[in-house]
Amino acid sequence: MSQTATMTGPAPDTHTKVESGPRGPRPKPFFTPQKIIIYSILVFFTLYFLFPLYVMLVTSFKTMPEIRFGNIFALPSQISFDAWVKAWTSACTGLTCEGLAPGFWNSVKITIPSTIVSIFIAAVNGYALVNWRFKGSEIFFSILIFGSFIPYQVMLYPLVMITRELGIFGTLQAVILIHTIFGMPILTLLFRNYFASLPQELFKAARVDGAGFWRIFFEIMLPMSLPIFVVALILQVTGIWNDFLFGVVFAGTQNLPMTVQLNNIVNSAQGTPEYNVNMAATVLTGLVPLIIYFVSGKLFVRGVAAGAVKG
Amino acid sequence: MADTAVDTGRGAGNTGRRGFLRKTFLHNVPAKIAALPMMATVLVVFIGCTIWTVYYSFTNSRLLPSGDFIGFEQYERLFGTSRWNVSVWNLVTYGAMSLVFTLGFGFLLAVLMDQKIRFESAFRTIMLYPFALSFIVTGLVWQWIMNPTLGLQGTMRNLGWESFTFDWIANPRMVLFALLIAGLWQGVGFCMVLMLAGLRGVDEEIWKAARVDGIPTWRTYISVVIPMMRGVLVTAVVLIGSGIVRLYDLVVALTNGGPGISSEVPAKYVYNYMFGAGNIGQGLAAATMMLLTVLIIMVPWAYLEFGGKGRRS
Repeated sequence: MSQTATMTGPAPDTHTKVESGPRGPRPKPFFTPQKIIIYSILVFFTLYFLFPLYVMLVTSFKTMPEIRFGNIFALPSQISFDAWVKAWTSACTGLTCEGLAPGFWNSVKITIPSTIVSIFIAAVNGYALVNWRFKGSEIFFSILIFGSFIPYQVMLYPLVMITRELGIFGTLQAVILIHTIFGMPILTLLFRNYFASLPQELFKAARVDGAGFWRIFFEIMLPMSLPIFVVALILQVTGIWNDFLFGVVFAGTQNLPMTVQLNNIVNSAQGTPEYNVNMAATVLTGLVPLIIYFVSGKLFVRGVAAGAVKG
Repeated sequence: MADTAVDTGRGAGNTGRRGFLRKTFLHNVPAKIAALPMMATVLVVFIGCTIWTVYYSFTNSRLLPSGDFIGFEQYERLFGTSRWNVSVWNLVTYGAMSLVFTLGFGFLLAVLMDQKIRFESAFRTIMLYPFALSFIVTGLVWQWIMNPTLGLQGTMRNLGWESFTFDWIANPRMVLFALLIAGLWQGVGFCMVLMLAGLRGVDEEIWKAARVDGIPTWRTYISVVIPMMRGVLVTAVVLIGSGIVRLYDLVVALTNGGPGISSEVPAKYVYNYMFGAGNIGQGLAAATMMLLTVLIIMVPWAYLEFGGKGRRS
C-alpha cells in the first residue's frame, strides 16, 4: 500500500484504508471526462446501428392507420400480427400474391446445396494446395484470389451463355453452380490457410503408411477441421442467403430467392404501399442471417474477417 | 504412384524425358483430378469469361452476341450517354466518401473499443449485426426511415419541428448521402472489427515505451500505431474498394437509381443494358470499364504487396 500511497500522494482515500485492503493499482474512477466522451460516442453509434432494427420491428406490428398517423418512433398501440401473416402468405410482388413463403423455400433450396457443394470443393482445393502441390498449383491459386476482385458483372453474360449451353439456365442448378464458382476464392483461401497451420507430420506419417489422397483427406484432415468448417458454413449460408444478383439473373422466375421476392414486394407492387407488411417482410428476410449471427458470435467475426487474413 | 517421394514437388532427381513427362503430368494425379473444379473456374470463368467480355465489347452485339467488329464505337457511345457519365460520377463521389468515412469511423470506433471499456462484446455485437444482413434488407429499411412523408422527416414535423428536412432520398442533389448513410450503417462495423484486430496486434511494449517517453496518445496513434497497421489498412482499403465498385443491390433496394437517374451506378447500368434493354455490346463495354477500374486499383496494390520480392512466401 505504501508504494501506491506515495505515487498517488494527494489522493485522500488511499490513506484512510490501512487494513489489509485491496491490492494492485488503484481503480480509476468511472466518470472521468475521457470516459464520458468515449461512452457518449459509442452510445451515439449504437443508437445509429440499432435505430433501423427498432423501426423495422415497431412498424411491422402496427396497423396502417396507425402508420399514417406519422410517428416512426412510437410503439404500436396494440400489437398486430396481421402484417406478418400477410407478408408471409399473401403479399403481392406485382405478378403473384403468394407472399414471401415461396421465396423463403427457394432460398432454402438454393442455400443448402450451394453451401455443401462449395465448401466441399474448397476444402479439397485447400488440401491439395497445401499437401499435394503440383506444378502450377500456386499459379492457379493466385489467379483464383486475384479473380475474386473482378466485378461479377464482367463475367455475368458469358456465364449466362455457358449455363444456357449446359441447359441449366433458369434452374436451381445454375444458381448453385454460380455460388460454387464465386464462393471458391475466399473458401479456398480459408481452407488453405487452415490446413497449412496443421502439423505436417500427421500428413507425412499417413503418407508413409501408404494412405492415398482421398483417404488422408477423409480420415485425417476432415476430422481435424471442424472449426474451419463451421466458419465456412456461417460465411456461405449468410452470403448465399443475402445474394440478390445471382438469384435474379440465374434462378429463373420459378426459383427466385427471398431477397428478390422481398424487393419485388416492396418496390414493384402496385397500389398503396403497406409499410407494415413491407417491414414484416424485411424482418423475415433478415431473420435467417441474424439468427446465425447472434448464435455463432465470435465465429461469425472469424468468418467475415477471413477475407482479411492473407495467405 | 506409390513410388513418389513423401514430400511433393521436389521428388527424386530422375531426369530425362520420361522423368519430365512423369513429373509434369502423371505426378500427383488424384490431387490434379481433385483440383479440376478450381482449374476450370480459373481458366473458364476468371480468365475465359473476362477475355470474352473484353473481346465482345468491341462488337455491335445487340440482343445476341455478334462477331461484327466496330472498334471503340461502344465506348464512344458509352461516354456519350449521360446515364453512364452520371453513374461514373456517382461511383467516384460515393466511393470517395464511403472509403473515407468507413475507414475514419471504423478506426475511431476501434480506438474507442480498445480503451478497455465495459460491455465491449455488446458494443461489437451491435455494431457488426448490420453486416450480416442483405443489402436489400438494408436498402429497404432505410428507404422506409427516409420516407419523406411518414418517415423520420414526417415524424419530426408531426412532433412540432416544422422546418425539419430529411428528404435526401427524394432529392437528386442529396441522394448519394442517403446511400452513404445506409452503406455506412452496414459497413462500418466490419471495418471496426478489422481495425480492432490490427490495434490488438500492436505490441503492448510499444505503448509502454511511448508513455515513458511522454508522447501524447494521439501522437502515438498517428506516428507509431497507424504505420504499424499498414497491412490491415491496405486490406481494409482493398476490401472496401472492391465492395464499392460492385455496389448494386443497395441502390436497387434503396432508390432504384432515382430520383430520375441521379443515383445510378455502373453495375446497374451493365445489368440494365444486358438484361433489360437488350443491348449487350453496351453492357459489355460498361463491364469492361468496371474491370479497368478494378485493375487500376489492384495492380499497384498487387505490385506493392507481391511484386518486389518476386514470389510471396
